[in-house]
Amino acid sequence: MPAVQETVEQVRSIDVDQYKYGFFTDIESEKAPKGLDEDTVRFISAKKNEPEWMLEWRLEAFRRWQTMREPDWARVSYPAIDYQNLYYYSAPKRPSQLSIDDIDPEILATYEKLGIPLRERDALLGIESAGGSRVAVDAVFDSVSVATTFKEELAKAGVIFMPISEAIREYPELVKKYLGSVVPVTDNFFATLNSAVFSDGSFVYVPKGVRCPMELSTYFRINERNTGQFERTLIIADEGAYVSYLEGCTAPMRDENQLHAAVVELVALADAEIKYSTVQNWYPGDKDGKGGIFNFVTKRGDCRGDRSKISWTQVETGSAITWKYPSCILRGDNSQGEFYSIAISNGRQQVDSGTKMIHLGKNTSSRIISKGIAAGYSDNTYRGLVSAHRKATGARNFTNCDSLLIGDKCGAHTVPYIESKNSSAHFEHEATTSKISEDQLFYCRQRGLDPEEATALIVNGFVKDVLQQLPMEFAVEAQKLISVSLEGSVG
Amino acid sequence: MNADIRPIRTPAEQALVSALGSLPETGGGRLADLRRASARAFVENGLPHRRVEEWKYTDLRNLMREAVPLASPATVARADAGARLLNGADLRRIVVANGAVVRELSDLDGLEEGLSIATLADALASGDAVLGQLGGIVPARYDAALALNTALASDGLVITVAPGAQIERPVHVAHVFAGDIAAASFARSLVIVGAGAHFTYAESFEGPEGLAYQANVATEFVVGDEAHLDVVRLQEEGAAAIHLATLLFDVGRKAQLHTFGFSSGAAVARTSLYATLSGADSHVAFNGAVLVKDRQHVDSTLFVDHTVPGCESRELFKHVLDDNSRAVFQGKIVVRQAAQKTDGRMMSRALLLGDDAEMDNKPELEIFADDVACGHGATCGAIDEDLLFYLRARGIPLKEAQSLLVQAFVGEAIELVENDVLREALVERAEGWLRARG
Repeated sequence: MPAVQETVEQVRSIDVDQYKYGFFTDIESEKAPKGLDEDTVRFISAKKNEPEWMLEWRLEAFRRWQTMREPDWARVSYPAIDYQNLYYYSAPKRPSQLSIDDIDPEILATYEKLGIPLRERDALLGIESAGGSRVAVDAVFDSVSVATTFKEELAKAGVIFMPISEAIREYPELVKKYLGSVVPVTDNFFATLNSAVFSDGSFVYVPKGVRCPMELSTYFRINERNTGQFERTLIIADEGAYVSYLEGCTAPMRDENQLHAAVVELVALADAEIKYSTVQNWYPGDKDGKGGIFNFVTKRGDCRGDRSKISWTQVETGSAITWKYPSCILRGDNSQGEFYSIAISNGRQQVDSGTKMIHLGKNTSSRIISKGIAAGYSDNTYRGLVSAHRKATGARNFTNCDSLLIGDKCGAHTVPYIESKNSSAHFEHEATTSKISEDQLFYCRQRGLDPEEATALIVNGFVKDVLQQLPMEFAVEAQKLISVSLEGSVG
Repeated sequence: MNADIRPIRTPAEQALVSALGSLPETGGGRLADLRRASARAFVENGLPHRRVEEWKYTDLRNLMREAVPLASPATVARADAGARLLNGADLRRIVVANGAVVRELSDLDGLEEGLSIATLADALASGDAVLGQLGGIVPARYDAALALNTALASDGLVITVAPGAQIERPVHVAHVFAGDIAAASFARSLVIVGAGAHFTYAESFEGPEGLAYQANVATEFVVGDEAHLDVVRLQEEGAAAIHLATLLFDVGRKAQLHTFGFSSGAAVARTSLYATLSGADSHVAFNGAVLVKDRQHVDSTLFVDHTVPGCESRELFKHVLDDNSRAVFQGKIVVRQAAQKTDGRMMSRALLLGDDAEMDNKPELEIFADDVACGHGATCGAIDEDLLFYLRARGIPLKEAQSLLVQAFVGEAIELVENDVLREALVERAEGWLRARG
C-alpha cells in the first residue's frame, strides 16, 4: 500500500481519542519513599548495587542540584513542579534480567501491546518479516530495564549493549571514563537532577572498526503514578565504528503531569559514526491540557575524533511540554553533525526544541533541517545555536527551519542564534512560516479528498525530508504518528 | 550558572545613578512622572549585560565601564567646525551639539507650508500640547538606553508635518559632539507625520576621533494614515565613542515607512528600532549597511510588531567586517493573532574580511496568526573565491577586486534609499570607507 494512502486510512480509522498507548498495566511495584533527599540517592544507588565511586558521583550532583534554579528561558509555561511529591524510583517487583521467562507476564503483555516483542524468537519472526532487518531492544519499564534482547549475538561482534546499571558494575572503567564527559554533572538543572537520581538506561559500546550488526533500540515506558523517569543513555563508538540507535517512548494517560528528565551522551571517536533516532510519543495530555508528560531532556553528542559523524533524527509528537535540544560538539577535524527534526504540537502542547552545532575543529560541517507543525492551541518553538570558534576554520553550516500553522489559535516561533568567530566559516540559515496553501488544499479537494485527508497528505510532503532520514521501521511508524497527532486539527 | 548574582555597580552605573538624582526640571506633570519612572527603572536594573537576552551580544555593563560627566553646551564655533557630514547637500540642516540645538547653525527660517520645527527645550518651556505624544510609544521590555534618555534628555527637536503636506526638501539633523573632555550627551526628538503627508528625515552623528564620549539619542516617529516617511541615518561617531540610539515608530493605516541606517563609526554602537504596525495594510522597510574595522562593535536590533492585518515588512541588512571587529544583528518579527495576511521578510548578510572578525545573527520569528507568509535568512562568510578569481584573472589587483565586490554587496542595500541626494551621499561614504582600508 503506498505510504500516502496508508496515512489517509490511518487518519480515517482513528477517533478523537487518539492516544492509543494510554493504558495502564497493573503490576506490583517497589518504590523508593516519596520525595528527594540524600537518602533517596543512597537508596537508588544501593538498589543498583553500585560501587562507592558511583554513589559519590551522584551525591555530588545532588548537592550541586540543590544550589541550582530551574531554567525559565524557554518558551513554555507550566505549573511549578513539586520535586518532593515524586517517586524517584519504581521497579516491577518480580526479579528481572535473569531470563525472559522470569519477567512478569503483565510486562511482556504490555510490550506486546506496544508492538515491541521482547522474546527474540517472536522478534525474529515479527520484525524480520516486516523490514528484513533485526532490532535489538532494551526495554525500560519505569525505573528499571526489564529485558535486553539479542545480547549474545551482539557480544559475538564485540558490541556491549546492556542496561547502564549493569555496565557500571561490569565495565566500570569504560563508564568512569565516559559518563559525564559530554554532559557534565553541572551542565543544567535537569541534567544535574538526572545525574543524582538516574536509575537505568542503555549503555552501548561499539569497539574499534566494528559495524554494529543490527539496529539497537530502547523502548521507554512510564507506568506508575507520580513517578519521574530519569534514564541515562551512554553510547560510545570507538574508532571506525558504526551504530544506529532508536529510541521510543510512551506513557499511560493520566490527569496529572509526570516528569521525564533524561540525559543522553554520545561519544564518537575518530572515523566513527552514530545515528540516533527518536520517536517521542509520551502522553500529551487531554484536549484541555490536563495531564501529560513534562519532557526535559538533555541530549548531546561529542564528535571527539577526526572525521567522526553524529546524526540526530527526531520525531516529536507527544509530551505536554517538550524541552529538548540534541546537540553536536564538532571537536574533531572534518567531523560532521546532523539534526533532522519533526516537531508536531496539537491541543495545548508546548514544544521548545532545536539543536546546537558547536564547531570547534577545522573543516567541520553541520546540517539542520527542522520542520515544526503547530495546530490547535499549541506553541511550537525552534531554538537553535550554530557557532564557529576562532580555530574552526572552514566550518560550514546549512540550516533550514520551516513552520506550518494549522488553525489561528496556535503559535510557531523561530529563535536561531548564529555566531561566527572566523572569516572562513560559511553559514547559511533560512526559515519560513506559512499555512497550508489554499491552492494545494484546493487541488487535493478537487480530486475528492476531504480537508483532513488533504491536510495529512500535504503535511507528509512537508516533513518528507526528515522522514527519509529515519530507519525504515521507524519511518512507517512516524508517518502514521503524524497523521494521528494532527487528528481533529482541521475543520 | 543559575544563581542570581547582582554584581556591584560599575563606575559608569554609579555616575549615571548619581546624575539621575537631579533630573531636568522642565516638563510638566506627565513628563515629570515619565522621567521619574524611567530613572527608577534604571536605578533598579542598571546597565544591561549578557544575561539580559536583548543585550546578549552587547554587554553594555562591560563595554561602558568609564564614568563620564554630563556634557556641557558646546560653543557655536566648535559645533560648526565639528559638523561636517552631509554638508553642502540640498538639505534643511539643523545642528544639535552635545544634545542641544544650536540655533545659530540651524536653518529654521522659511519653513515649507505644513512643516513646523521647534526645539524640545522650547516646547517643554511653553508646555506645547504636542508633547502629550512624547513617550507615547513604549517598548514591550525595559530598555536601559531609552530609560536613560527619557530621564535625562532636555533638548532635541519636535517636528510636525501637517496632514497632506508634501515636504520635498529633506530635513537633516546633524548631531555632533564638540568638546575636549569625554562626556555624555542626551537628545530626544519627536517627529509627527500627519495623514497623507510625505516627509524625509535624515540624521548624522559625528565627533572627535580620540575622545571616549557617549551619545544617547532617541527619536519617536508617529506615522499617520497613508503617510509616507523616509528616515536615513548616517552614524560616523568618533572611533572611541559609544553611540546608543533608540528609534520608535508607530505606523498608521496604509502608511509607507522606509528607514536606512549606515553605520561605520563608534567603538561601540547599538541601534534599537521598535516599530508597531497599528494600522492595517501598511508597508514598512528597515534596511541598513554596517561597515566596521579594528575593534569596533556595532549592534543593530529590530523589533517589528505586526498587530493588524495585511501589513508588509521588509528588512535587509548588510554587514562588512574587517580586522577584529564585531557586528550583531538581532531582528524579531512578531505577528499577533489579529495580524492575518502578514507578509514579512527579513535578511541579514555578512561578509567577513578580517580573520578574527565576529558576526552574531539572531533573526527571530514569533507568529500567532496562521494565514501569513514570513521568513528570514541569515548568511555569513568570506568573499567568494570564485568571484575574486574572475576579477583577478582580468588583471584587477586583489584589494581593488575586493573593494569592487564589497561595494556591490553593500550597494544592494544602499540602492533602496529613495532620495537621490542621500543615496549618493551614502554611496560616497561607503567608497570612502573602502578607500581608507587601502
